Amino acid sequence: MEEFDVIVVGAGPAGLAAAMTAARNGMKTIVIERGEFPGAKNVMGGVLYTQPTSRLLPEFWKEAPLERPVVEQRYAFLEGDNSFAAGYRSPAWGDPPYNAHTVLRAKFDRWLAKKAEAEGVLIITETVVEDLLYKRDGAVIGVTTGRAEGDVLGKVVILAEGVNALIAKKAGLHNQLGPEHVAVAVKEIISLPREKIEDRFCLEPGQGATLELLGDSTAGMIGTAFIYTNQDSLSVGVGVLLSELIKKQANPNDLLERLKSHPMVRKLISGGETKEYMGHLIPEGGYKAIPKMYRQGVLVVGDTGMLVNGIHREGSNLAMVSGMVAGEVAAGAINSHDLSEQSMRTYQDRLKETFVLKDLYKYRNSAHLFEENPQFFTTYPEILSDVAREFFTVDNVPKADKQKLIWKEIVGKRSKGDLARDLWKLWRTMG
Amino acid sequence: MKLDDKLYLIRYNTDKQSHITIADDDVCLKKCKHKPCTIFCPARVYKWDDAEESIQVYYEGCVECGSCRIGCPYSNIKWGYPRGGFGVAYKNG
Repeated sequence: MEEFDVIVVGAGPAGLAAAMTAARNGMKTIVIERGEFPGAKNVMGGVLYTQPTSRLLPEFWKEAPLERPVVEQRYAFLEGDNSFAAGYRSPAWGDPPYNAHTVLRAKFDRWLAKKAEAEGVLIITETVVEDLLYKRDGAVIGVTTGRAEGDVLGKVVILAEGVNALIAKKAGLHNQLGPEHVAVAVKEIISLPREKIEDRFCLEPGQGATLELLGDSTAGMIGTAFIYTNQDSLSVGVGVLLSELIKKQANPNDLLERLKSHPMVRKLISGGETKEYMGHLIPEGGYKAIPKMYRQGVLVVGDTGMLVNGIHREGSNLAMVSGMVAGEVAAGAINSHDLSEQSMRTYQDRLKETFVLKDLYKYRNSAHLFEENPQFFTTYPEILSDVAREFFTVDNVPKADKQKLIWKEIVGKRSKGDLARDLWKLWRTMG
Repeated sequence: MKLDDKLYLIRYNTDKQSHITIADDDVCLKKCKHKPCTIFCPARVYKWDDAEESIQVYYEGCVECGSCRIGCPYSNIKWGYPRGGFGVAYKNG
C-alpha cells in the first residue's frame, strides 16, 4: 500500500494551504475531497482577503479567478423601510496589493487545487473519509475511506473537513456544537449586467463593493445580511444563529426573501435573475468553542477548528494561515521522527502567536454578549433610525428643542442606566 | 421566488441511498412538539406526514449545511456526508 507523509481531509482553503505548505517542505502529500471537484461543496459570502492569501501564493491575483477587488465597504442598519448607512471607500484598494476581492468559492477553490497539484500534491475527489485509521497501540496511521480497499496510510492527518467535522468529532477533536454556536447562512447568486452593477454601486469598471446589512435585515435576530458584487452577479445572503431560528420558528430562506423585498435591497437587485441558491453553516462559537486542535499524528485546521472571526467577517484567511502553520508543523514533526502529541502541540502554540488565535481571544466574549443582549440587534437599530429621522427632518422646530426631543426618544426606548451598561459591555468586549 | 424553484437551480448528483436517517420515529411523534427541523432547514428537507405520523426526509434537496444535525433538540437526525461524488455540486459557491 502506498504511504504518504501527510494526508489532508478536505479541499477548501485550509486544507489546500496545508497541503501546499507540506509539499513545499518536501512531504509526499495527498488531499482527499468528497465533492465531485474541489470547491463543489464550498460556500462563503464571499470576501477573500489579499494579504493572507498572498502569503501562500504571492501575486495570486494575476491568475486566480477573482470577481472584483473591493474598493468600498458599506454598513447599513435597517429599520422597517428605513436605513442608516456608513462606509469607507478607497480607490487605492482597486490596485495591487489590494485589500480584498469578492470570489465564488466553487471557482476559486478549483483553481487553488490546480495550483496545489502543480506543486506535487495529489488530489483525489469523490471520496469520503470515514474515520482515522489506528494501529493496535492507538497511534494514527492514516484514514479509512468509503472506497473499496480504501485505506490510505500517512504519518500525519490534517483535518480540514469544514464546520460539520464528523471525523474530528470521532477523534475527540471537535466539541458537540449547540444551535447557539453556528449561524445558518443562505445565499443567492443573482445575475446582472456588469454596467448595471457598476452604476448601482457607483463603481469604476471592474471594481467591487461590499454591503453589510444589520438590524431588521435579519428580522432582529442575531446575525447579518450582505450584498457583494461579483463580475456579472450579486451575492445576496443572510445568516442568523440557528438558536434564533429555532426560538423564533423562522426559516432562513423566508428571511432572504424578506430581505430581497426591502426597498433598499429591492432596487439593487431589480431586474436580476437568480442563478443559484445555497446554504451553509458558519462556526460562530468563537474562542471558547475552539476544540483541542492536535493529538498524536493529527492536526485540525479552518472551520473544523471553529476558526472564524464573525465580528470582522473573516474566515478564509484564518483557514489558510492555520493550514500553512499546520503544514509546517506536520513537516517538522515528520522530519524529526516525532509524531507524539507533545510534538503536534507545537501547532496550537504557534497559532497562538498569529492573529488567528490572538483575534479570536480578543473577541472571546462577543458570542455570549450578543446572545445575552439581543437589544443590539433590535432596539439599537431602531434608536439609530429614530435619531437620524429626527435630526434630518427640517420642520421649524428649533435645534435645541429637537435635541431634547431626540434624547427623550432615546431614553424612551432604553433607560439612561441601560444605555450606560450597554456601552460598558460593548466596550469591555470589543475594546 | 419559491424555495422549490431555487432548489431546482442547484446541480445535484443524487444518490439512490439517503445520507440522512431519523433514528427513532417515536421521538418525533411523542416527544418533539415543535418539530423545528421542518422549519429551520434551508432546503425544507423535513416534512411532517400526518398520515404516517413521521418525518419524511426529502434528502435529494439537501444542501449539506448540517443544521439539522445540530438543531434537532433530541439529536434524532443522523446526518452523514453523502457518498463520494454524490449530493450538491455548486457552480458558484
